[in-house]
Amino acid sequence: MKRPSRRNAGALALVLPLFFFIALFFIWPLVTMMSQAVSDTAVLHILPQTASVMTNWDRKSPPTPEMKAAIAADLKAATDTQAVGDMVRRLNSAQSGFRTLMAKTISAVQSSETPPDLAAVDPRWEKPVFWLAISDALSPTTDRNLLAALDLSRDASGKIVALPADASANRVIMLRTFLIAAMVTLACAAIGFPYAMLVATMDGWKRNLLLAAVLLPLWTSLLVRTAAWFILLQEKGLINDALQALHLTSGPVPLIFNRAGVVIAMTHVLLPFMVLPVYSVLVSIPKNLMPAAASLGANPVRAFLRVLLPLSFRGLASGALLVFMSAIGYYITPALIGGPSDQMISSVIAFYATGSANWGMAGALGLILLVVTIALYAVYGRLSAEDTRRA
Amino acid sequence: MLRSVKLVFAVAVVTFLIAPLLAILPLAFTSSAFLTYPIPALSTRWFQELVTADAWRRSIVNSLIIGLGTTILATVLGTAASLGLRGHNIPFPVAMKTLFLLPMVVPAVVLGVGMQVLFVRLGIASTYHGVIFAHTVVAIPFVIVSVTGALAGIDRRVERAAESLGAAPFTVFRRVTLPLAMPGVLSGAVLAFATSLDEVVLTLFVAGPNQRTLARQMFSTIRENISPAIAAAAFIFIVGTILIAGLVMWQRDRSRAGKPGEA
Repeated sequence: MKRPSRRNAGALALVLPLFFFIALFFIWPLVTMMSQAVSDTAVLHILPQTASVMTNWDRKSPPTPEMKAAIAADLKAATDTQAVGDMVRRLNSAQSGFRTLMAKTISAVQSSETPPDLAAVDPRWEKPVFWLAISDALSPTTDRNLLAALDLSRDASGKIVALPADASANRVIMLRTFLIAAMVTLACAAIGFPYAMLVATMDGWKRNLLLAAVLLPLWTSLLVRTAAWFILLQEKGLINDALQALHLTSGPVPLIFNRAGVVIAMTHVLLPFMVLPVYSVLVSIPKNLMPAAASLGANPVRAFLRVLLPLSFRGLASGALLVFMSAIGYYITPALIGGPSDQMISSVIAFYATGSANWGMAGALGLILLVVTIALYAVYGRLSAEDTRRA
Repeated sequence: MLRSVKLVFAVAVVTFLIAPLLAILPLAFTSSAFLTYPIPALSTRWFQELVTADAWRRSIVNSLIIGLGTTILATVLGTAASLGLRGHNIPFPVAMKTLFLLPMVVPAVVLGVGMQVLFVRLGIASTYHGVIFAHTVVAIPFVIVSVTGALAGIDRRVERAAESLGAAPFTVFRRVTLPLAMPGVLSGAVLAFATSLDEVVLTLFVAGPNQRTLARQMFSTIRENISPAIAAAAFIFIVGTILIAGLVMWQRDRSRAGKPGEA
């Protein structure tokens, strides 16, 4: 050891508080979110005795008296009406008819002192198909939500099949998310790359001014920038006023609550993330390379394509990854500037979580978004690590 | 010819970047109830609305409480960890730093869903400290980046000189390391406060109606009943940004100018 171990212990003591904080309030929430996606305990929670009796069932023969007695006892013991509602909803989504069956059975069980004969309450309790649904739902984990997030489901025999077109919205949302993010990335590259080149060729106050123009929006609140675009893009906003004053259009052009508005506002918000990496690469390129290429007979276009673009490609790739990665997770800007058909995956996650309390679906879609984001970040990290190694 | 194309392009991009921020400012002083130009007359009624209307006033107070709590917690935890990460004396230093920077990358909605479920379970949903914890998680990366940057710029020989003159390790830290790293710590703290001030998504998921922050209030005002109070709040944000940016730059210049004298 080249360093005294007391120093190691001291360093560890300084890092550990933050490590525990991050583990508790960052890692644990993410794990919770992921486990929501695969956990399925609504039925198991209410029917514990049924679960232990049903392990002996062969899934084919008619229900045994023990199974019926166990479910009657479980339903009698269940007092939490909200949890019972969750169980009924879960079972009904697997096998329709459970809603009426359970309502009937629960009232029969609760009203009689001795456990009633379930077959007499409802003949459906004799059908194995209802018991099969219960048996499947008793497993504490499920891939139902993850499959549903990709517009897939399992059919009666357990095979994975595509959902019918009218029930499949998630793939459309994901494609739309990637499409909007790609459009924003492209717009940022088209504006940001030449702008960064321009900044790199300037010096003195001109360079500072051009850089300040990038940094000021970056430091400004995201909400303020979104509010500003809301005001500019609205039907009676400055952009429409200007277009009409210049007689370019006769009436207001719809710019807000549509795709164009979302892309414009997101490009504005994310442009600095493109300009800054490209700029930092460009300033490190020796200034005499372009004249050298020219003196060797390359015309400016050729010199740009063969010298400057390959050298700055890393910055462009970093910027594009950064913009794309941020864009796919955007929530606020599409929520405020976009229309119903411009909502991205984050809005759908928020809807499932806060609107319909469907934690399973929120978790499954969140898991997909998280995996894509982390994968992109890993590529970005590799790019910038190579960058520092070269420098 | 090429020069004028460059000039037009530069002006166009600078306008695109800056004009939206400038366009919102005058609307803060409109007397009308609509957020449109032309402004009928100048008035400060929307600033009065911010300080008198109950929803706005409470949200400003909440933002200050939560922002201050976040700043203190994130700065203390982040500065300590940056000091520990320095010199790579701990196991897996690179992985550890990546972990601390990761909250910047993870989509806020994903983190928000997890926090909402977990915080209900832990019994800290809809509490001030719950919101402060959530904001601190996303503020930490800014403190780490800013403080590790400042620490990397410190000449180790200065600290060794103090040690060789007989200073105890804590004295070296208090009298040498911390003062030299102070600009980084301060800008980390400013960034932590700004992050908390601007945070909407996590607040939507973990805060109750009693912890509604200014950013959260602005979000629902834009969404539900847009009013020029938005422009007034934005005015305060933008002026605040410029002031804070100026302050940070001034502090940086001063510490740079002061360095030769100190050394």
